[in-house]
Amino acid sequence: MKKLSARRRHPLAAVVVLLLALAATGGLYAAFAPAGKAQADESSQSLTIKEGKKLYEVGCASCHGTGGQGSSDGPSLVGVGAAAVDFQVGTGRMPAATSQGAQVPRKKPTYTQAQIDQLAAYVASLGAGPSVPTKQQYGPDGADIAKGGELFRTNCAQCHNFTGKGGALTKGKFAPTLEGVAPKHIYEAMQTGPQNMPSFPDTTMSEKNKKDIIAYLNAVNGDKTENPGGLELGGLGPVSEGLFGWIFGLGTLIAVAVWVAARTAKAKKS
Amino acid sequence: MSSQDIPEENLPAEQDHAHGAVATADEENPFADPGLPPHEHRIQDIDERAAKRSERAVAFLFTVSMLATIGFIVSYLAIPNDKSIFVFPIGHLSAMNFALGLTLGVALFCIGAGAVHWARTLMSDVEIADDRHPIEASPEVRAKVHADFRQGAAESGFGRRKLIRNTMFGAMALVPLSGVMLLGGLGPAPKTKLRHTMWAKGKRLVNMNTGQPLRPEDVAVGSLTFAMPDGMSEHDEDFQNEIAKAALMIVRLQPDDIKDKRELDWSHQGVVAYSKICTHVGCPISLYEQQTHHVLCPCHQSTFDLTDGARVIFGPAGHALPQLRIGVDSEGYLQALGDFEEPVGPAFWERG
Amino acid sequence: MSTAPNEQSRSRGKAPAGERVADWADGRLGIYSLAKANMRKIFPDHWSFMLGEVCMYSFIIIILTGVYLTLFFHPSMNEVEYHGSYVPMQGQLMSEAFNSTLHISFDVRGGLLIRQIHHWGAVVFLAGMFVHMMRVFFTGAFRKPREVNWLFGFLLFVLGMFTGFTGYSLPDDLLSGTGVRIAEGLVLSVPIVGTYISFFLFGGEFPGHDFVARFYSIHILLLPGIMLGLMVAHLILVFYHKHTQFAGPGKTEKNVVGMPLLPVYMAKAGGFFFLVFGVLAVLAAVAQINPIWAMGPYRPDQVSTGAQPDWYMGFSEGFVRVMPGWEINVAGHTLVLGVLIPLIVFGLMLVSIAVYPFIESWITGDKREHHILDRPRNAPTRTALGVAWLTFFAMAMVGGGNDLWATHFHLSVNSVTYFVRIFLFAGPVIAYIVTKRICLGLQRRDREKVLHGRETGIIKRLPHGEFIEVHEPLSQEQLHTLTAHEQYTPAEIGPTVDENGVERKVPASQKLRAKLSNAYYGEHAQIPKPRAEEYKEITSGHGHH
Repeated sequence: MKKLSARRRHPLAAVVVLLLALAATGGLYAAFAPAGKAQADESSQSLTIKEGKKLYEVGCASCHGTGGQGSSDGPSLVGVGAAAVDFQVGTGRMPAATSQGAQVPRKKPTYTQAQIDQLAAYVASLGAGPSVPTKQQYGPDGADIAKGGELFRTNCAQCHNFTGKGGALTKGKFAPTLEGVAPKHIYEAMQTGPQNMPSFPDTTMSEKNKKDIIAYLNAVNGDKTENPGGLELGGLGPVSEGLFGWIFGLGTLIAVAVWVAARTAKAKKS
Repeated sequence: MSSQDIPEENLPAEQDHAHGAVATADEENPFADPGLPPHEHRIQDIDERAAKRSERAVAFLFTVSMLATIGFIVSYLAIPNDKSIFVFPIGHLSAMNFALGLTLGVALFCIGAGAVHWARTLMSDVEIADDRHPIEASPEVRAKVHADFRQGAAESGFGRRKLIRNTMFGAMALVPLSGVMLLGGLGPAPKTKLRHTMWAKGKRLVNMNTGQPLRPEDVAVGSLTFAMPDGMSEHDEDFQNEIAKAALMIVRLQPDDIKDKRELDWSHQGVVAYSKICTHVGCPISLYEQQTHHVLCPCHQSTFDLTDGARVIFGPAGHALPQLRIGVDSEGYLQALGDFEEPVGPAFWERG
Repeated sequence: MSTAPNEQSRSRGKAPAGERVADWADGRLGIYSLAKANMRKIFPDHWSFMLGEVCMYSFIIIILTGVYLTLFFHPSMNEVEYHGSYVPMQGQLMSEAFNSTLHISFDVRGGLLIRQIHHWGAVVFLAGMFVHMMRVFFTGAFRKPREVNWLFGFLLFVLGMFTGFTGYSLPDDLLSGTGVRIAEGLVLSVPIVGTYISFFLFGGEFPGHDFVARFYSIHILLLPGIMLGLMVAHLILVFYHKHTQFAGPGKTEKNVVGMPLLPVYMAKAGGFFFLVFGVLAVLAAVAQINPIWAMGPYRPDQVSTGAQPDWYMGFSEGFVRVMPGWEINVAGHTLVLGVLIPLIVFGLMLVSIAVYPFIESWITGDKREHHILDRPRNAPTRTALGVAWLTFFAMAMVGGGNDLWATHFHLSVNSVTYFVRIFLFAGPVIAYIVTKRICLGLQRRDREKVLHGRETGIIKRLPHGEFIEVHEPLSQEQLHTLTAHEQYTPAEIGPTVDENGVERKVPASQKLRAKLSNAYYGEHAQIPKPRAEEYKEITSGHGHH
């Protein structure tokens, strides 16, 4: 007891007491409240989860099951974490169209970021998983762009192309372009491995590695990226270059040759 | 090539009617060559003012070229090498490259355009017919050459003194062999180099991203990791040669998903290690689809099933990816339990 | 020496300086007899006759810019750390070759421009040769006496392909390194000697430390040296044979109609050099090619999707991609058919270009010189074969870019591959049939035009109520042009029994030849061109038809 009384004046004491009180009240309420009203909690976190659950039941449950346990139409979401939700819904992939092709494409998101956060909080409450990264994690501060380039070429370029323009996978699946994808979403994709993309968890690709990769992508495929030589031609390499060379190189030269070899107009006979 | 068995009638008659002289349609041949049409004048030929206009146009083009060259020189001297500008439909590009290219292009193009315009409008455009002469020599020349050759050949005694001829042929045939021998220095014999990699029993699997040895618990289901043998460094003299064979791709499967018995035996708790080098022509294969467990090669689309011993299921590769047998060492790190049992990478004659 | 002294003094005193220089040179080089034959040499005007010049000029431009690049490029695979001005590469390990290419691109003033002109020049050079070769093929300009020049041109194209390949491999970037790796895989598939060739090419195992330096001497010395020689020989033969021309009034097999070298073609052809150079410079100013800084240095364990070669190697890439993975293991040896067959098909496809003129001349048995060009429609079988070859080529190109077709047209890469596997064979057959039909249709139309005149589109009503379209008779020039072509009759083997009733032995080659000749010139392979009698009969009849 002496220990406790000694810490009574600690600045955080009030907070701890408050939290304990809240937990006790909540616990009591939960114990006594009728079933089904269990979410009537005052804490903002639970409120978020509650809102998320509402959204979930309307927009997601038909495929992923009412408790996120999954169904034949959609995988289980237990343990995928907030990061996966933030990525899938934030890039508009989820909710997916009822009839989709080989894979779900990126589109305009249907939910606001606030709603996405609520959904993420709800899904995160179903089982532990990676949380949404902070700006500190994916921001450009302290990143090594060149190292990021090397990591990108080892881990990412095989599917997403040298500068993230995307590429083909088997049977109509594809690695999408990374142009215009928010750094946060790139980070989440590496963390969670959406659809057929493998994941690159922190245990094999450190946080710093991911930060470097994002910084490299921003340098070579960002809004301000310079293509010193001129038109990027899609960044696809020799195929688009060859097409351009044939049409605009040889094409122009043939047009010029037609002019060089053509007869000069004759004066009308008088 | 002899056509003696086939009558020559299948060759069309020589088209010789009315060449040279200007002919008109006659009763005999309505399709006869009417000959070159008479020359018609261009406006520049009859109107001196039009000719003057052409002259000024040519001079204008040459002047533009001069100005563009001056522009090139100014750009070269004035623009910083790292200056980036935004040009509307193109995007951000190097100011120097853009300025130099355009000025050089204009300077050159205008010289050409001026010269062609000059030729087209001011030089004579009267068409001239030039006679052709048969390429082959006349029979007299032909006979003379043959006779000269026979005389020369006879005087050399080449046909008569067979000993000289044969030894000369022998010497000439053998002497290039020296050159062939010298090419031997281009490279060492292959021996068994393509059969071995740096992997050996007890070598830890080092993560390419972090440079740290891997533990099985680091490798999550659905993740993709690349590894190299412990002790290898990018700074090594033969790093490129060694990584070209030793590069490793590591994924974790649910042990129940693994259909191939050997694959299961050679894995560790579902962690499997396959060569990253495609067995087709050697591209680093690594387009891993974590849901289908298929690996695709970006170069030629060979597809391998990682749950079934990396069997080829599509594309031009001829055999499965070699698997590396792995386990854990006393400290809990993943380690190789030996080298690959078969050569990695593309097939070759001695592979067997 | 023998000139009269007074004549000499007169020329010294009066002649302009240029004339005196020319006299001096003639006394030592004999330039006057050369100029006599060539100064007023006649060249016919046609845009397609300038395609060869596109190639020649882009080749010269490539040599000029290439020499500039050698001043800065280090053909070495020694490993260095990058410390130039391109930020996303700072501190990366790379070969000196890659490092110096970055240096040229970012730190040499105008270096990037010259690099881009060089590379765009190569793309246009090969494309120009390809189209030039097609022009020569479809107009029959390869016939006697020009078969040897066809071979020179063919060699220039093939050597150009390999010069291009060795050239874009020099920067040692990730894309080209992947290409070299693929080439090594192809070499390894060669039975018996493949492994040795690979080890000799790379100085040991791939990638080794030698290939950049070796490719460099091949790229800047060996191949361009041979090509320069071939190009000069090609040009000398063009001068010697005099240019071909299309049929037309006043144009015969015995003359060439056009403009003189001095002054018209001096200005036009000379000017064209500057036009080509100008277009390439503008291209290099506005469009980026081979951004090696975006690809990174080569490492054998790294790769990017969309790994394709430059366009002229694209068809070989297609064969390699669509081939099924056949492999035979016998007695401890591996026959890698899945890689070897594409390699062989690649070679056969090129060889087929080289030998075609000889096959056709064997079939026709025609030993005469041909200087009047065929219109493609008037040689339907040749035209159809050419289009079939092009279709094969195009299908292989689709296969070579199957992944980009898949991503850009939302298809499955597997379906694209299956499609190419089928249409690599079906496509040329369809193309052959369709082209031949079109050619025959055009021949029929020409025949109608000659016999009945041009359809004017004017409808006339006759007194008795009938409507007719007025046909305007063709001019003499048009009549001649449309009937100037020759038509072969199919070769026949002749009677198999001679006059005495003894059976004559007909060699199989002659039977084959007769068969082919029938396919080329038989009843179903060409429409008989109008004969003078037919024309006269129709025109002498009553008015319209």
